[in-house]
Amino acid sequence: MNESAETPVISVENLRVSYGEREVLHGISFDVRRGETLVILGGSGSGKSTLLRTLVGLERPSGGEAWIKGVNIARASAHDLDEIRKKMGVSFQGGALFGSMTVGENVALPLREHTRLEDSTIEIMVRIKLEQVGLASFEDFMPSQLSGGMKKRAAVARALAMDPEILFFDEPSAGLDPIIAAGIDQLILELRAAYSISMVVVTHELASAFLIADRMLLIDRGNIIAIGTRQELASSVNPRVRQFLDRVPEPQVEDELNYLQMLTGDKKASDT
Amino acid sequence: MKTADKITALPDRVGLETLKGLAYVGGLARLAGESAYITFVGPFKGQRLHAQRAFHQAMAIGVRAIPIVSLISFFVGLIMALQSAYELRRLGAVQFVADAVAISIVRELGPLITAIIVIGRSGSAFAAEIGTMKVTEEVDALETMALRPVAFLVAPKFLAMLVMVPCLTIWADCMGVMGGCLFGVVGADFTFLSYLQATRDALVLHDVFTGIVKSALFALVITAVGCQEGFSTGAGAEEVGRSTTEAVVKSIFLVILVDLVFTAVFYLTNRG
Repeated sequence: MNESAETPVISVENLRVSYGEREVLHGISFDVRRGETLVILGGSGSGKSTLLRTLVGLERPSGGEAWIKGVNIARASAHDLDEIRKKMGVSFQGGALFGSMTVGENVALPLREHTRLEDSTIEIMVRIKLEQVGLASFEDFMPSQLSGGMKKRAAVARALAMDPEILFFDEPSAGLDPIIAAGIDQLILELRAAYSISMVVVTHELASAFLIADRMLLIDRGNIIAIGTRQELASSVNPRVRQFLDRVPEPQVEDELNYLQMLTGDKKASDT
Repeated sequence: MKTADKITALPDRVGLETLKGLAYVGGLARLAGESAYITFVGPFKGQRLHAQRAFHQAMAIGVRAIPIVSLISFFVGLIMALQSAYELRRLGAVQFVADAVAISIVRELGPLITAIIVIGRSGSAFAAEIGTMKVTEEVDALETMALRPVAFLVAPKFLAMLVMVPCLTIWADCMGVMGGCLFGVVGADFTFLSYLQATRDALVLHDVFTGIVKSALFALVITAVGCQEGFSTGAGAEEVGRSTTEAVVKSIFLVILVDLVFTAVFYLTNRG
């Protein structure tokens, strides 16, 4: 496959994902270009986390295609999926560091399992990765001894261990105070400058999104309602986009009759 | 109309529950099969066997269980001696107490008591460990690092259990006999050596062999159920508690069931 700068690293075509009977993503399509940071924005329950889980191969799509570096992960064999996964790093919301291993061992794990490098080489690589995320000298700490922000940094170091071509972030600033969250944003910007990795960041933090994104994608109820650069999104006139960006709460106007039925638990009236 | 519905719904429910039960056992078999493949075939295909993890598990499952297994099987041996002596004395056959203890402990109670202790210590721990890792996304993290959770978490446990549970069982057999011996020396006309002599005369190799075969089967059941329950943990801390409870209850039930089936098989095959 021709891998010129124009070829997207991720190409999603009409992707559908269902949990049982309930469809969460209703056929969405977008590309992630080489070296860009794409931020996936969306409210709670919009399907943005499902989209991320599908892209990293944790959920199987019920329809459509998702091409990552020339492999359709919707139909890839377990072996092909593993090969693709070695080229991508995922930083989970809570860090997902292995509690029984030190920070250093966590970062070393993918190297130990997938490469035949000498232990001394692995140690050096672990120190380099930890230094990059600002956690030098925390190698021998257990994950439980780290603060929330440090756990996320350690998770990024682990995601970087195999020198991935694509990095995925799930809610990088969730649960962090503004200063620590800004530090994580800074880290993402530094990584982009240093490696020109393609990044996919799922978040609902607007400030963070506008800082780190090359392009943004807004997901609402399983559909993409806007995609474009920061400026394009900021000047959008779509009412749902505006509601999200201007942080307008969901209108609370309720039909009085429905409200009464909800209170009395009488479902028959609302069914008819 | 409603009663008719209920009557027709009954076979539906029975069928559904039966299928669920079969699917569950199928899931257990798949975990065991996959682990067997990883342990015995994987290393020849260049995949790494997690020997060190298996060793750690073996320490936790086997070595640390020795004190409690010793104590409980010693007591059970003593109880068996007291109970059988109560009946044997009326027949004037107290000297057969060694035979009664030896056969009941080695053929049945040694493996069973060991299995129950291992369920409480390790089966529940497997479910809690994997369940917690599921909740904190560590299982997902393993998958996105192209590490198979079964290879990394389950296979070392199977290996450790298959070695340690039969070993513990042999140890429990010895301690049970010692418990009987205490009664023999104190309450009947045995000396330490004559009690052991009587025990040795009472047993045939086949008795020891059936006990060890059973204990290996128990080890498979306990590991499979513990891990399966761990992987089926949903989101949230209380789910971990639920899966731990389920693991213990289902393991005890299945261990007793397997015990029954194999005891019946041994009985039938040795009759003629």
